[in-house]
Amino acid sequence: MRKGERHKTVLAVSSGGGHWVELMRIAPALDDADVAFVTVQREYADDVGGRRFYVVNDATRWNKLAVALMALRLLVIILWERPDVVITTGAAPGYFALRFGRWIKAKTVWLDSIANAEELSMSGRIAGRYADLWLTQWPDLAGDEGPEFAGAVL
Amino acid sequence: MIFVTVGHQMPFDRLIRVLDAWAEREGRADLFGQIGEGEYWPSYFPAAPFLTPAQFQERMQRSDAIVSHAGTGTIIAALQLGKPILVLPRRADLGETRNDHQFATADHFERAGYILVARSEAELAAKMDDLRTFSPSAHLGDKASPELLNRIRAFITAA
Repeated sequence: MRKGERHKTVLAVSSGGGHWVELMRIAPALDDADVAFVTVQREYADDVGGRRFYVVNDATRWNKLAVALMALRLLVIILWERPDVVITTGAAPGYFALRFGRWIKAKTVWLDSIANAEELSMSGRIAGRYADLWLTQWPDLAGDEGPEFAGAVL
Repeated sequence: MIFVTVGHQMPFDRLIRVLDAWAEREGRADLFGQIGEGEYWPSYFPAAPFLTPAQFQERMQRSDAIVSHAGTGTIIAALQLGKPILVLPRRADLGETRNDHQFATADHFERAGYILVARSEAELAAKMDDLRTFSPSAHLGDKASPELLNRIRAFITAA
């Protein structure tokens, strides 16, 4: 970073389990940024070294009320944080974060999970449309109309 | 100690039943399970529905081997600790997950020599012995590949 340039603000979003593990493995790329994390489990705060940390409720697409509540919480967080970049490893919270990120003109990154080795996740296929940088971790799934391959979380 | 884990999204009774029968047959008392909220509770080893991330990490560290569903979070956690892991992929046709993506995950990690995979209950019981001698082909570091980190850094800088 050149002198006088301000730190980029980044919102890093994921649901739990493998999605969070994958987000933590790309977190070193965010070390120069002013980053805030959003996930679904309070205890994950231990992993982010005192940086800003928000929790939203978890939801699957079968529970519409929970999905609406999660979306609303993400909207509030995004309006409060006003990030330059929204980056996510999925799934549902990441999808909403990208859509709302677009509204405030943030640049958006979707990293599809390494768990999707033979086809992109459903959330990934939909979210790809809202991602300025759409990444897959499997070279076979990359293509001109689809995501880019630039390495994996391993 | 063998740590059995099914992740936090859904139970996986098929895995727990096989391991309960295996523990009984082999007279093993050194298993512990994180088994979710299913209908089957094991008789031959202690278990909890869920663990906090800190408890999960502690169980992983203390274990000699891990047996689990083919979730990437668990697989990566095992590889970071250099622990042998045997996975049984969840099947969509049995309602264990929404699609068969765990088979593809398991295939790819198995081909790289990272993990052992059982594709049926019978194969799981048969491969329990292999866990004792299996050592993963690589001990993962704690971050993504330099290529991926650089791509993301460059994108953020340009944003």
